[in-house]
Amino acid sequence: MTEIPERADIVVVGAGIVGNSVCHHLAELGWRNIVLIEKGPLPDPGGSTGHASNFIFPVDHSREITALTTDSMRQYEKLGTLISCGGVEVAREPARVEELKRRMASARAWGVDAELIDPGRVAELVPFVDPDILLAGFWTPSVAVVDPLRAGALMREQAIADGALTVAASTTVTGIRTDGGRVQRVCTDAGDVETSLVVVACGVWSPRIARLAGGQIPLTPAVHQMMDVGPIPEFEASGTAIAYPIVRDMDALMYERQSGADLEIGSYAHRPILHEPDEIPSLAAAALSPTQLPFTSEDFDPQLEQALELFGSILDRPDAGVRHAINGLLSLTPDGAPVLGPSPEVDGLWSAAAVWIKEGPGVGRMMAEWLTHGDCEFDMHGADIARFYPHQRTREHVRARANEGFNKTYGIVHPREQWESARGRKLSPFHARERAAGAVFFEVGGWERPHWYESNRDLLEEFGDRIHDRPHEWDARWWSPIVEAEHLALRERAAMIDLTAFAQFDVRGPGALDYLQRMTMAQLDRPVGRICYTPVLTPGGGFRSDLTVVRLAEDRFRVITGGADGARDRFWFESHLPADGSASLVDVTSAVCTLGLWGPRARDILAATTEDDVSGEAIPFGTARWIAVDGIPVLALRVSYVGDLGWELHAPFEQGQALWDAIAEAGRPHGIAPAGIGVYGTTGRLEKGYRLMGAELDAEYDPVEAGLALPKVKAADFIGKDAYLAAREGDPAATLCTLTVDDHLGAEGIPRYPQGGEPIVTPAGERIVDRKGRGSAVTSAGPAPSVGRHLLMAYLPPEFAVEGTSLQVEYMAERYPVTVARAGRTPLFDPDDTRMKA
Amino acid sequence: MDIVVCIKRVPAFGAQVPLTDDGLAVDTRHLGFTIGPHEECAVEEAVRLAAAHGGRVTVLTVGPEEAGEQLRYALAMGAHQGVLVDTGTTDLDPEATATAVLAGLADEPAPDLLLFGDASADAGHGQVGVRVALACGLPIVGGVTGIEAESGAVPENGAVAENGAVTENGATLRATRDTPGGTEVFGLSVPAAVAVKEGLNLPRYPTLPGRLKAKKAALRTVTCGPEPGGLRTLGLRRPADDRAGAIPLGRGADAAPAVVDVLAELGKV
Ligand SMILES: Cc1cc2nc3c(=O)[nH]c(=O)nc-3n(C[C@H](O)[C@H](O)[C@H](O)COP(=O)(O)OP(=O)(O)OC[C@H]3O[C@@H](n4cnc5c(N)ncnc54)[C@H](O)[C@@H]3O)c2cc1C
Repeated sequence: MTEIPERADIVVVGAGIVGNSVCHHLAELGWRNIVLIEKGPLPDPGGSTGHASNFIFPVDHSREITALTTDSMRQYEKLGTLISCGGVEVAREPARVEELKRRMASARAWGVDAELIDPGRVAELVPFVDPDILLAGFWTPSVAVVDPLRAGALMREQAIADGALTVAASTTVTGIRTDGGRVQRVCTDAGDVETSLVVVACGVWSPRIARLAGGQIPLTPAVHQMMDVGPIPEFEASGTAIAYPIVRDMDALMYERQSGADLEIGSYAHRPILHEPDEIPSLAAAALSPTQLPFTSEDFDPQLEQALELFGSILDRPDAGVRHAINGLLSLTPDGAPVLGPSPEVDGLWSAAAVWIKEGPGVGRMMAEWLTHGDCEFDMHGADIARFYPHQRTREHVRARANEGFNKTYGIVHPREQWESARGRKLSPFHARERAAGAVFFEVGGWERPHWYESNRDLLEEFGDRIHDRPHEWDARWWSPIVEAEHLALRERAAMIDLTAFAQFDVRGPGALDYLQRMTMAQLDRPVGRICYTPVLTPGGGFRSDLTVVRLAEDRFRVITGGADGARDRFWFESHLPADGSASLVDVTSAVCTLGLWGPRARDILAATTEDDVSGEAIPFGTARWIAVDGIPVLALRVSYVGDLGWELHAPFEQGQALWDAIAEAGRPHGIAPAGIGVYGTTGRLEKGYRLMGAELDAEYDPVEAGLALPKVKAADFIGKDAYLAAREGDPAATLCTLTVDDHLGAEGIPRYPQGGEPIVTPAGERIVDRKGRGSAVTSAGPAPSVGRHLLMAYLPPEFAVEGTSLQVEYMAERYPVTVARAGRTPLFDPDDTRMKA
Repeated sequence: MDIVVCIKRVPAFGAQVPLTDDGLAVDTRHLGFTIGPHEECAVEEAVRLAAAHGGRVTVLTVGPEEAGEQLRYALAMGAHQGVLVDTGTTDLDPEATATAVLAGLADEPAPDLLLFGDASADAGHGQVGVRVALACGLPIVGGVTGIEAESGAVPENGAVAENGAVTENGATLRATRDTPGGTEVFGLSVPAAVAVKEGLNLPRYPTLPGRLKAKKAALRTVTCGPEPGGLRTLGLRRPADDRAGAIPLGRGADAAPAVVDVLAELGKV
């Protein structure tokens, strides 16, 4: 056991690939007095890093994960711990061929070389597979195998040589003391270390370690089965660890790769087998290691046949035996993404968990930047631990979603696909009415939101050929033409939309204005009753969020933000509250329901429910007023994300149903229809050019690029101001544009509709990259029924961000012509906002 | 040569044997199960003998239903059929285990060779083979690390081989075992029983097709509730953990003198 110092600037717990990478990058950024505590012996302490298959396929549909992976590959390579062998994902089923085409689009979008190949070519690359059962392959030459134990050791050594790191191996963290919600010290079986920062990089043990401090890391240990079969003489003859490309047998949910003389076979096809972090055996009690549990052969049996089908030529031999087989443990999270960043529950507690070997070094670099500067190079909002609402951090939720998600690891997951488990958790007061109207619910942040209403099916006839049917099943999945019909009903008459999923915070106190000014980019020092839409920036000047702030009184504001980002936003705002207590924040989400009412008839409808004056003079655009709707106190906000006349009506939660009924009743003579989030989030928004956090807006783009720079910069200081000022000075590297798809006809002779995520390429088919190295890809896609076009949004470098420019979008391995219709913020529909301001 | 191999389902341990809170049993919650190394060699030897000389290999186990997993493992190695004597547990004393084995053998044609591991990997009493052999009236040799059948000399019903390749007293098997003083060689005529030790051979790993076949194979199950024998487990205790952790002797070349000291202390230099 190593002597552990009494004090540390930061303690990292866990010396797997993640903990080692974090230490290394902290040292690189100048940190000293880092202490790494690991309960097992080094270099292989018995965590998941010691028994992984260690391969890396760089292409992922997520930009963030692809970026972390390619960054990690560069790091492994630099450490001399990477062997490129290439890899091919093979399709047995037609649906998978389509999925491989979609992967091709992601490869192009994120800049990874890849190619669709036929089965014959697969068999050339990997001479042992049976090409007759295959339909296609997705070939990525840069696929590699790495040595994460060696990489980790080198990273530690460098940090030690820099005098930055003390490593305490065979030392178990037994407690984390906090005081007033802040980390004070880390207790171990070899003594205590005083510190205010702890990074939990404990893999499958992480929830347990976080709990020592009173925090939660929402992940569960889960089994991934793997076996080694050999000896294979052809592999032995190669004389190396890996001479042949790795095969991912996607439809079998399996992979096969050479590992020395053996063929290593892994499976994501078995039933989900979840474990408890508290019940993982100790190193001494485990037969192999704590994360290599006894193999349960019955779970793997069906996979044997599939492996024999594909690799029969080398597996169906008397000498090729199962030499090693494990139930390996890895981490599953409710949404499959990593869990990174500062815990919203305990000050000074950071999570670096649910990270694969393929992302480890990249995550280490981002974590170190985040710890040092408060943000990092890549946008991490999808991996941020703060994204989870409290109910999503519970064991029940984690297990439900992990159970459902495990078999999606190699699955074909539609971008709009909904979860089946842990549903119905948060219901708006309109829920009963919505169900009665045949709502099809999508979930956000636990909230059930109608995406469209089956009861509106008759509108399809009314709007006839203005609505586009999607003949291809993939395009039509998790979508309905009814969305377009609801959209047109809103534009022609009026619609009511459930927006209760908004997260809402009341900020008050003598320091409320100053505090909010510091948090936001827009000028909030406006008269009482004014509504401000404002970006919220990261220290680096990218988007942390965008939201609406209403001044309710001199010293009182309401912050309204999207349900998807509410938990993150709350943490960001809470963690920046002034230390002197001059401003306080109360989360009023559960107290308020919101009904959107928009359309040319909206004023007539609202007027019929209230004695208050709802004229444009009484409630001008961009202002809020308290009114009584059928006796219900309602805060009416004259704003619109769909670009039409109307209000967000905010009411006490328990009076929501009465509000719904009053509006529905008054709207009936006007032909009001309920409309879903399909209209609010896609069709209405897109034709009005509104940006969405997490799609167009993220930490890697700034307000100038997004077209959201304001005419004036407020005098008050705010987070990200320096970067924002610099961005205003220079020429943007890219500009957010709206594009129209000019011809939808695909090779199959039916129209196709890009869904988002696809690369935008030049007429010659070349990838478009801006001078910061960011590729152009579709951030949002959807129909604009009032314009009669399918719209795409994408950031384009200046030479392409010119209205009228012809380009192409690559969707499912085919190219469709597109035109830049708008460069910048001006919407395609009602560009002067006359309807909204009527 | 028809062979029956008796195998036992035992927990696969790591460095430490976890005990239940009452100290009466091994805590197997986090453990997998396997067959002991002696028995694995017995299965391997049986499969080889049958392959070389013909005949069928039957594996027999006494234990709970889950012990079918171990039978299937042996089937995947090449055994032909499996018999599960379902006693609901493996925690029987040797007398009761022997009774159960005999119950399993009752409906099987009498084998030419009955193979055991020298002792089970968990309890290690080393009695079952002897008790069963005695009850069957068979000679038994224990601690065996080498078996040779006289090629072509496999007898029908114990008859002596035709090619005359017969050892002393007309035996058809040569069993050897290592002693500190040298190797002992036994000549055996079948039917006979042999208890073997690890080192006898290098057991094979089951192939994928082997596993698939084993998965589909039907096992014969015999239910048996034998009377307890004379041995009782009163309690289990873990030895005091006197294994010191690793002591670094130094880094790089600087460590050399310390290493020499340790070797000298151990009397190795
Ligand atoms: C069979 C299998 C194959 C895989 N193959 C691949 C692959 O091919 N590619 C890929 O990218 N990923 C793969 N993975 C996933 C990969 O193994 C993990 O995601 C990765 O190793 C996690 O690294 P880590 O550093 O977070 O965790 P770990 O390596 O588990 O490190 C956590 C460390 O924390 C220590 N610790 C825990 N509690 C304490 C305590 N109280 N005090 C001190 N220390 C503590 C542990 O001892 C451990 O060393 C595979 C996983 C499995 C199971």
